[in-house]
Amino acid sequence: MIHLLTIDWLLMLEKLILIAIIVMFSLLVAMYSTYAERKIAAFMQDRIGPNRAGPFGILQPLADGGKLFFKEEIIPSSSNKILFILGPSLAMLTAMMTCAVVPWSTDLHLFNKTIPLQIADVNIGILYVFAVVSLGVYGIMIGGWASNNKFSLLAALRGASQVISYELAMGIAFIALLMLTGSLSLRTIVEQQVTSHWNIWYQPLGFLIFFVCALAECNRTPFDLSEAESELNMGYHQEYSSMKLGFYLFAEYVNMFISSAIMATLYFGGYDIPFFNEAAHTDWGNWLAIAGAVCFMIKISIFIFTFMWIRWTVPRFRYDQLMTLGWKKLIPLALANMLITGAVVLWMHK
Amino acid sequence: MITLTNRSKPVNRKKMTFLESIYIWNTFIGMMITLKHFFKKKVTYQYPEQTRPYSPVFRGVQILNRDEEGRERCTACGLCAVACPAEAITMEAAERLPGEENLYREEKYAAKYEINMLRCIFCGFCEEACPKDAIYLSETHAPAAYNRKNFIYNKQDLLIPNPKTQPEEYAQAKGLREINKKKK
Repeated sequence: MIHLLTIDWLLMLEKLILIAIIVMFSLLVAMYSTYAERKIAAFMQDRIGPNRAGPFGILQPLADGGKLFFKEEIIPSSSNKILFILGPSLAMLTAMMTCAVVPWSTDLHLFNKTIPLQIADVNIGILYVFAVVSLGVYGIMIGGWASNNKFSLLAALRGASQVISYELAMGIAFIALLMLTGSLSLRTIVEQQVTSHWNIWYQPLGFLIFFVCALAECNRTPFDLSEAESELNMGYHQEYSSMKLGFYLFAEYVNMFISSAIMATLYFGGYDIPFFNEAAHTDWGNWLAIAGAVCFMIKISIFIFTFMWIRWTVPRFRYDQLMTLGWKKLIPLALANMLITGAVVLWMHK
Repeated sequence: MITLTNRSKPVNRKKMTFLESIYIWNTFIGMMITLKHFFKKKVTYQYPEQTRPYSPVFRGVQILNRDEEGRERCTACGLCAVACPAEAITMEAAERLPGEENLYREEKYAAKYEINMLRCIFCGFCEEACPKDAIYLSETHAPAAYNRKNFIYNKQDLLIPNPKTQPEEYAQAKGLREINKKKK
């Protein structure tokens, strides 16, 4: 009993509320990403896109979601039922879990309390992100395996090998950044960038590699080999229907949102407002935190737009091209980047 | 190699340089192209509210014409049916009885006149074949229907409204084509 009393219940409540807000917000962003995706696709193809549901089609995602809910739910009789349900749940869960360590803004001051806008400031935050992201592929693998369908299985295999290949280059590109920051905590990394320059100025090549790998990790075109509508017939989610399909599609957008947030945090100063000295305006209090959060969201939106922009520009890679790019081009580049960064860091500290 | 057009380009099989093989620069060029399209004028017509103007030679669903006094022009000569390559037109002729001079222009008229819209290919040969200017192709589509029966248009479906009794509807049916002709 004593152990229970020592828990700071107020802190628990505060964190729970924060978790609820952030999860809701991620889902909302994912929802409107589907709308943005369709609009951007349309605009890049000289069309208008969805514009019937509500003004400018703003209610389109609600209509889509409603439609998915009312669709018939089919579980193939030859599938493994437990794994079949586990697949999309895992995809969604891992997609949502990543946002726990992202620092959304500076601390808020409410009711005589300091509320950090970050669910958990883990001192190995970025390792946590990497761990959860690599778990994400299990959603695809389990879903593809449980469907008992050759196309789905092929897609699952492709997805797994792709994620493993690109995680390597991503990790190495990140090690180079780590040498500069000297910290694994995302909050510390952002605070360093707020006081000094953004990491993109020190690690442009590293960022480029990280970005390409993030595209691959999110299964976005040109790396959407595990979905490949034209050859694998929707790939791992071919047998899925109703909201289970919706979960897979949604998880992709949540992943995109979170990886944009991670990239903005690592390389573009997180909630840092560009051309603005935060330290000179501490009297703004909570408004500063809100402005930071808004700025962070703008950065994330730009990344999401770029993701979509690339999707509607380049066609899918062939499988051998994908592997060549991952193993023969990006990993050597990332290694070179790491070596040069290491040498420069050593030389500067002498 | 002999080429049909001067646009054909031989395939470049040169080995890619390292910069080309990481695709970043080429992707960037492609992204600039899509960005240009992002701000281009959109080609969409918002259909139910906004219709696309037809060309003046558009051939839509047929109309059986009347003369200025509202009498049917068709004499059931059958030339349109003969001219029809899809054999979509059938008709039955009848003799005009005394007292029907205000209904039919000449002594013979079409008692039954049917066009099967599932067969019609909208070639306009019936219009060309007609010596009495009795049939022409309008600027409207044949609307969709739920069963085959509804696609067989009878005389009532095809006949233009009477200019004497329904001048407004007549003008509307006649309208578009006349307006477009004047524009030309």
